[in-house]
Amino acid sequence: MARDRDPGREIIPAVQKLRIQHAKRDRLRFTSHRDFQRAFERALKRANVPMAYSAGFSPHPKISYANAAPTGVASEAEYVEIGVVQQVDPDKLCEVLNEVLPPGLDIICVVEARTPDFVARLEASHWKIELPGVSLETLNSAVSGFLALPEVLVERMTKSGNRVFDARTAVIRAEVEQGSDCAILQVVVQHGVPTVRPDDVLAALQKVADFAIEIPPRVTRLSQGPLLADGWSVGDPFTLDREATQA
Amino acid sequence: MTVQSVFPALEQLLPRVQKPVQYVGGELNAVIKQWDDTVVRWCLMYPDAYEVGIPNQGVQILYEVLNERADTLCERTYAVWPDLEKLMRENGVPQFTVDAHRPVGAFDALGVSFSTELGYTNMLTAIDLAGVPLHAVDRDETHPLVIAGGHAAFNPEAIATFIDGAVLGDGEQAVLAITDIIAAFKSEGSPGGREELLLRLSKSGVLYVPAFYDVEYLEDGRIRRVAPNRPGVPWRVAKHTVMDLDEWPYPKAPLVPIAESVHERMSVEIFRGCTRGCRFCQAGMITRPVRERSMTTIAAMVANGLEKTGYEEIGLLSLSSADHSEIAEIAKGLADRYENTQTSLSLPSTRVDAFNIDLANELSRNGRRSGLTFAPEGGSERIRRVINKMVSEEDLIRTVTAAYASGWRQVKLYFMCGLPTETDEDVLQIARLAHEVIKAGREASGRNDIRCTVSIGGFVPKPHTPFQWAAQLDHETTDSRLYKLRDAIRQDKAFGKSIGVRYHDGKPGVVEGLLSRGDRRVGKVIEQVWRDGQRFDGWSEHFSYDRWMAAAETAFADEIVDVNWYTIRERELSEVLPWDHLDSGLDKEWLWDDWQDSLSEVEVDDCRWTPCFDCGVCDHMGTEIQVGPTNAVMLPMPAIPSRVVVNSGA
Repeated sequence: MARDRDPGREIIPAVQKLRIQHAKRDRLRFTSHRDFQRAFERALKRANVPMAYSAGFSPHPKISYANAAPTGVASEAEYVEIGVVQQVDPDKLCEVLNEVLPPGLDIICVVEARTPDFVARLEASHWKIELPGVSLETLNSAVSGFLALPEVLVERMTKSGNRVFDARTAVIRAEVEQGSDCAILQVVVQHGVPTVRPDDVLAALQKVADFAIEIPPRVTRLSQGPLLADGWSVGDPFTLDREATQA
Repeated sequence: MTVQSVFPALEQLLPRVQKPVQYVGGELNAVIKQWDDTVVRWCLMYPDAYEVGIPNQGVQILYEVLNERADTLCERTYAVWPDLEKLMRENGVPQFTVDAHRPVGAFDALGVSFSTELGYTNMLTAIDLAGVPLHAVDRDETHPLVIAGGHAAFNPEAIATFIDGAVLGDGEQAVLAITDIIAAFKSEGSPGGREELLLRLSKSGVLYVPAFYDVEYLEDGRIRRVAPNRPGVPWRVAKHTVMDLDEWPYPKAPLVPIAESVHERMSVEIFRGCTRGCRFCQAGMITRPVRERSMTTIAAMVANGLEKTGYEEIGLLSLSSADHSEIAEIAKGLADRYENTQTSLSLPSTRVDAFNIDLANELSRNGRRSGLTFAPEGGSERIRRVINKMVSEEDLIRTVTAAYASGWRQVKLYFMCGLPTETDEDVLQIARLAHEVIKAGREASGRNDIRCTVSIGGFVPKPHTPFQWAAQLDHETTDSRLYKLRDAIRQDKAFGKSIGVRYHDGKPGVVEGLLSRGDRRVGKVIEQVWRDGQRFDGWSEHFSYDRWMAAAETAFADEIVDVNWYTIRERELSEVLPWDHLDSGLDKEWLWDDWQDSLSEVEVDDCRWTPCFDCGVCDHMGTEIQVGPTNAVMLPMPAIPSRVVVNSGA
């Protein structure tokens, strides 16, 4: 019906862009990126957000997604940018989106986009990998062995076929600790092409130390952002936008 | 006793299966209640994959109707794919609900909705995974009542061994009546156990309980009689009919899944029932009379549904949506209301007439006109008189000409193969029709890139229709007719390249025929084929004709009947049909007369616009046709101010 596909129609340009940090928690960590996109777009509709739409025969709402965490992996730090045709209050948007999204897909904060090159600022991710059934000693020795090597090649099926790549160089920090029912690996991984994912790191560890992971690991992205001056801490990618807003 | 979630155990398996999101629930508008706060607990199942089951309107409506009751809790379960089934068996994880991941075996009732018989094997998997005995006779007080519903429940004899009961017809009031009886029974301390509960349900007329009926057979394999074996149990069990759909505007809060489903839209049912009288159509026969929802209620359901779901597409559902008495006003009203929003409207099930082109044009205002679908069902004028699908070739050509002329590029035509009295010639007429369609279309549009796709399904005779006595066509002949048609279209030098042909081979139809007109003896085949590993019969990659035939061979080894006896055999008027004790309201003699009229190529009109033909339904069931017009007016809607916009309304 009124899906207005007339290319000659008036296109209302976006007057504002907003950057959104959201989490993917608990059982909803099994949502794929496509699942999240659909759920998020419907939530914007229910929240009555004045979205900007693309031109052309099938207009799409102006939404950019960055570096989605893999299906099955939880995250506290996923990022989305939207364009709107009326000025929106970022805090109010955060509140209203949380009312209409299912629990588990939670908005953490919203800022107005005031700076360019946001995606380039997502330089690294901090992952927490809980490994039930793996002892602290096993994990410790695997990590020491891994860190001692200059390169560890792993294989993964990607969209462009089976790829072999180094999973070692991207790991700029790795620490092991004891959890309540598991050994925990905390890693900071620098983004690249292809991006080294937590399952690649685990595959590399198993290659180095030959240990079994019988119970599926629980993986969470704790943060994502610029690498700080110390060379191994992950900063908040919204800092620059916040500073620009306050200035 | 409270019931624990199985999620912690399930969670360990999910990283190892395809599309784990389908098992985690979390749908928008799902309801989770405290187990101990409720008396009656229902689990509803759609016996197919989650992506197919989640949009099902029947389940969504009953889910909401039941959860509105304070004393009742209702959750949902769907068929798990073989990869998860295997892991669940290895790890002792039972069939679970997706809402709170409670074990299905802990509920009071498991309601399974069958829109087709092809879900039977999946029901067995679910019952078995739930830890419930496969055979109703082996169950005790600790097990849920297994209750079948949906269109296939109008002949549940093939699954009689596995179910405790079946509900015929509309479920809204029936599930509430069942819930009342279960609640009273439990509050009395469950006197007399399972048998007593089933007796109460059976005597009230709300539930058909197969165990309370004995079936006797004649020596030649036909049924001698079906009779109640308990005092007070009705001889015939009648269907339920909801009158006044405006009082039942469900779903009010449609479920929106996170996983992708086969229908990414919100559906609003605009009427129930159909009296066009197509003789092959079970849905049209068993859902009589026509009951329209008013334009006012439809508009309110659309507005509310969009707000609750965030969907961008609305489907106006019914068996023949263009037949609503105010469809033009509804289409225009909604098109006006949602103009310049990103909301689109679709109208499945359109008739072959020019009015529908106007309607389709209205619905695609400013939009791209890609494809329109029509269902002439029969290739020749003669066969269309046999099936009472009153479309002349002239109508069809005029309709498609109008479609191509107003910018539609593709027309899809649905047909059936294997109809009673059909010959090769009737089916080959489809090629000629498609040829004429392209010819007329090219002239009307002035373009050569228009297309026509012909889609052909095999006809399966169904219970409670005039064709319930008919011989089904064997799959060899079905296939040979389809090949002849395909070759005829390929040989069409002028237009063959503009015509696409889609068809399925005749084998799955044989199994569907066996199940839909089956009696209790067919249950052994279902159990055998399931034990042999058959699952997901509606999926060509999982369906195995050979496995079904092998199972039938084993199961019928000591019987006088076989698959052909159930499928390609024509029945006589005097034969007791397995579903004769189940009352759809249709008078058996009227059905027989209509069958005879069909053979004489005599058509019958629609009782909405002509006097009653005495099919029996309204008289017998105390129902009536409910149609408009209401002459209501759909007003434009005021824009709702956005809460997130700065200074809005200030």
